Amino acid sequence: MYQTDQYEGMIAETVTMRGHNGDVINAYLARPLGAGPFPAMLLIHHAPGWDEWYRECTRRFAHHGYVSVSPNLYFRDGHGSPEDVGAKVRAAGGAPDARVLGDLEGANTYLRSLPYVSGKIGVFGTCSGGRHAFLAACRLKGFDALIDCWGGRVVQSQEELTPNQPVAPIAYTKDLSCPMLGLFGNEDKSPTPGQVNAHEAELKQHGKRYEFHRYDGAGHGFFYYDRPAYRQEQALDGWNKVFAFCERTLR
Amino acid sequence: MCTMIAHQVKIQGRGKNGPAWFEVREANVSYDHPYDLPLEHALNIDFVNEALGPGARVAVELSVEAARQLVKTVEAVLAQAAQRGVLEDRPLAPSPARDRRHET
Repeated sequence: MYQTDQYEGMIAETVTMRGHNGDVINAYLARPLGAGPFPAMLLIHHAPGWDEWYRECTRRFAHHGYVSVSPNLYFRDGHGSPEDVGAKVRAAGGAPDARVLGDLEGANTYLRSLPYVSGKIGVFGTCSGGRHAFLAACRLKGFDALIDCWGGRVVQSQEELTPNQPVAPIAYTKDLSCPMLGLFGNEDKSPTPGQVNAHEAELKQHGKRYEFHRYDGAGHGFFYYDRPAYRQEQALDGWNKVFAFCERTLR
Repeated sequence: MCTMIAHQVKIQGRGKNGPAWFEVREANVSYDHPYDLPLEHALNIDFVNEALGPGARVAVELSVEAARQLVKTVEAVLAQAAQRGVLEDRPLAPSPARDRRHET
């Protein structure tokens, strides 16, 4: 808990970084002022797009002492309002997993290149970003903590696999390389409570370090204060669990 | 999105999302998260022109009931027009991509 007499400052701005295939993409970076070293957080935006909520979320992690970066995973899909670009990606069946992983690997490399980053890096995502965060923590090296908030389609049937998402992320559970925090609403349709249970069983089977928290009275996206899905009590508790987990794993 | 249930279809038509009309060439139909309708999932239809960029979009977000009613109504109107012999069932001549949204 910060104190009223402490110094606090941050800088937040759009930057560019190398992503999949070495492509230059843009990203939103927020960091505490000072020499550091600070732990870092990679934030993976949700399916609706690289929007204002994610910029605020990026600054929130910086406010709590993390060098935070949120890459624009839809950079190659054109520019316009986040909704218009997000709708284009929605129509295309979502961003390809391989491209997203390339961008996330680039973001990890970018964070490690910053002189004020301690070397401890977490990955956070909500909705499709939760799914991507789980994929990243399983398939890429260099993450020390994973926070999956209601990531849908981690568990997928054969019929749900597509060229853009050819493998269900749950299949990679054995490769998960860091502790995991999962937050889920019991009224969610994607992931359903049954899918969350299946994911937990897989984590148990492979002896992974994880903690899942399931909230009654909450569905999908209960942190989103700009949507009817917002649940104040559950969101507050969820944020407290997020930052407690980060303190344990990244400091 | 979280369901990834989306279909794209080539169409011919015109749409409007500001003061001017523009050519729409694709309709994107999805059952996924809406942006504004207060539902977790909705039937979303975007009439777009990909050649003009993401902003060339006329969007509607419908409840399941509304979407079903719309489908029935479109079919009924087309059937009525056919019955009265006024259906112009022929393709439009192709036209170059032209963005008239910024013309005065």
